[in-house]
Amino acid sequence: MTRLLIQFAHPALEKSRVNRLILSMLKTLDFVTINDLYENYPDFDIDIDREQQLLLDHEYVILQHPFYWYSSPAIIKQWEDLVLEHGWAYGREGVALTGKKMMNAVTVGGRHEAYREGSFNRFTIRQFLAPFDQTANLCKMTYLPPFIISGTHRLTDEMIRHHVSRYQQFLEMLASGQFDINAVKNLENLNDLIPLNQPL
Amino acid sequence: MSRTVLIQAIIYLASGVLFVPLAKRLGLGSVLGYLLAGVAIGPAVLGLVGAEGQDIMHFAEFGVVIMLFLIGLELEPELLWKLRIPILGLGGLQVLLTALLIGGLGILAGLAWQPALALGMILSMSSTAIVLQTMNEKGLMQTSTGQSTFSVLLFQDIAVIPILALLPLLATFPVSTIAGDHGHDSLVGGLPGWLRMLVVLAAVLAVVFLGRVVMRPVFQIIARTGLREVFIATALLLVVGVALLMETVGLSPALGSFVAGVVLANSEYKHELESDIDPFKGLLLGLFFISVGASINFDLILSNPGLIAAIVGGMMLAKATILAILGKRFKLSTDQNLTFALALCQVGEFAFVLLSFALQNGILPAELVSLMTAAVAISMALTPLAFLLNEKVLLPRIGTKETPRKQADHIDEHHPVIIAGFGRFGNIVGRFLRANKIGTTVLDFDSDRVDVLRKIGLKVYYGDASRYDLLRSAGAEHAKLIIIALGSPEKSKALVETVQKHFPHLKILVRAYDRDDAYDFMESGVEHIYRETIDTSLRLGVDAMKLLGMRAYHSQRAARLFLKHDDKALTELAAVRHDRKQYFSTARRRIQELEQLIGSDEANRWLKEVDEGWDPDSLREEANRGMFIRPENGTTGPVNA
Repeated sequence: MTRLLIQFAHPALEKSRVNRLILSMLKTLDFVTINDLYENYPDFDIDIDREQQLLLDHEYVILQHPFYWYSSPAIIKQWEDLVLEHGWAYGREGVALTGKKMMNAVTVGGRHEAYREGSFNRFTIRQFLAPFDQTANLCKMTYLPPFIISGTHRLTDEMIRHHVSRYQQFLEMLASGQFDINAVKNLENLNDLIPLNQPL
Repeated sequence: MSRTVLIQAIIYLASGVLFVPLAKRLGLGSVLGYLLAGVAIGPAVLGLVGAEGQDIMHFAEFGVVIMLFLIGLELEPELLWKLRIPILGLGGLQVLLTALLIGGLGILAGLAWQPALALGMILSMSSTAIVLQTMNEKGLMQTSTGQSTFSVLLFQDIAVIPILALLPLLATFPVSTIAGDHGHDSLVGGLPGWLRMLVVLAAVLAVVFLGRVVMRPVFQIIARTGLREVFIATALLLVVGVALLMETVGLSPALGSFVAGVVLANSEYKHELESDIDPFKGLLLGLFFISVGASINFDLILSNPGLIAAIVGGMMLAKATILAILGKRFKLSTDQNLTFALALCQVGEFAFVLLSFALQNGILPAELVSLMTAAVAISMALTPLAFLLNEKVLLPRIGTKETPRKQADHIDEHHPVIIAGFGRFGNIVGRFLRANKIGTTVLDFDSDRVDVLRKIGLKVYYGDASRYDLLRSAGAEHAKLIIIALGSPEKSKALVETVQKHFPHLKILVRAYDRDDAYDFMESGVEHIYRETIDTSLRLGVDAMKLLGMRAYHSQRAARLFLKHDDKALTELAAVRHDRKQYFSTARRRIQELEQLIGSDEANRWLKEVDEGWDPDSLREEANRGMFIRPENGTTGPVNA
């Protein structure tokens, strides 16, 4: 199995229901490396060497975070600013990440239907994630569509468990190479590839 | 109570109240203040007290007994063990060699060997009170001089006991009548020698037994009553009882109370005993020094000014010489050694005790005691001058140079930062700034450290940082910041004043020892105040929270907010401090403040702030009530679309 690097970012995990469950699920998987950013760098002093080595050691980078203000929590930005150095990740000589895959896995409070043209939030989640898409592109990586767990404000504990196990199933398929990257990379999201077992 | 007793009390108290603050103001210390008070009310000046001064002196000698009890109480076995080499080596040799040298000089001056040796031992004592006070004020206690000085003084304190025991063996005169009470009361006087030894041994064992076994439950019961004055009475009863017991078997009461103190040093009531008995010691010793002052025979001095000068000069020179030789043997650098020798070359307050003891036991003749008492007092008064001579004349010439030696091609650039004090606090700041290529000039008062720092290429000025001229030569006019990291709060305050007065353009960053210090700096208008321990304590708190499984980022935020909150509380308390200062003692005020602080820690908004931001419960609630919500903190939408 290919190892997956999970860049986990939640500034107030003690208040989160979904991400807490996701984190404990991730800890049971032997093919993922969890890098808990807020826990490792509470003062935002990102260890650049360590982070770059982690990137070199993995084929897949998954940014796992809640969807705050149509984007990620602050530490992911700090991580990008410091770790994706010119001459290493991008630029004429920046080829360290060439061919790797990057994606976002987000938890969203609002309903899925609110994220489309003409609706409350006017754009799709994938559209909001365009800066990540282009960041991956600039670093010669392939950007994959997001895995989204939405409507979290209204999820019951049972529903959360179901979503988390779908996410687990997705990660297992990703790591064992069951997706045709070229076929899926233009989808709106990847969560729709995993069937819902029950009406939500 | 007869009127005369009251009038006597008024004379003594008033003289003390008048002269001691005066002497302190002049930098002479309280002991000299009491002596001056005695001189003033004595026959030489006002003649308010006469022959009864002797009786009062006997009463006041009880202060010496209490003092030795307290010294015993203070002796911590671990400290003694840690300092055993300097205490026994440096201290022991100092007392021994000084006693022999001065004794030898005494014989040359025509004394018999017994009084000469007694005088030698008496004059080997230095003034603990004056020296430790001065060293503390100058921030020298942590230097190698400070440590050596402390060791020597500690040995002298202990040496008083064997000296008190040895002195009677040197008696050559018939015991004078006023001193007769020592001999008469002894119950064992008529017994044969071996039996006397047994009785003495039994008495000492009784004191040990009393301290180890009996007193603990007694203090426990008394403490439970909650009546402080009864506790004080018990403590005094113990000391008086032991003193009486010792006198009865013919031993020195001071020795007995010293043993009792040592026995109780490990007791849990140690600190209570200390603080309860201390005022009695202070008052009685004050009385003792007043009576010493009153008993100085000025006719004798005025008729022999040359003799007195020779005695004072001779004995200080002899002491300083021995101290300097020993300092060199014990590897003190030249500077440290000079300070060490001059700091301890006066004769101290113990000498008054020993002199009056020697007079009563017929060891020294009255005129000699008078002469020596005056000489000792003068040598004590000269101590501040000796320090001054050392700082202004000797050290600048012989010792570490104040300003760093300039190399020929060295262009004197101006550093933007001056760091005053390169001890355990300043050195971290200094290293940090240097590592970031920020030019720093260091001012330090520890010549050993200065030498080392200069060797590794730092620009270091040596001396008292609060001096205007030193600051100027260190480049204060061109610097931007001054970082005050001195160990002594008094020195820091003095430096703040100097800087504010002469270099107002310098931004001051100051290290504060605790909240009280911080208040003082706030009052003098310093903006950047750094309490020594708060950051470290909070860092520890953060780690504690993390080890308990809390998230790192949450813990860190909590600590930062706590710090902000605490700083705010500090400012608020500083504003009301003056009203309180007048009503409460420091300790009482601290406890009150702590109570208030903890109260506000729990009640205040800051705790809520830690929890604010990111996924507030209110957002979830609103979503579940099916209402439209603003896209705040992300994650939103028309939830009931």
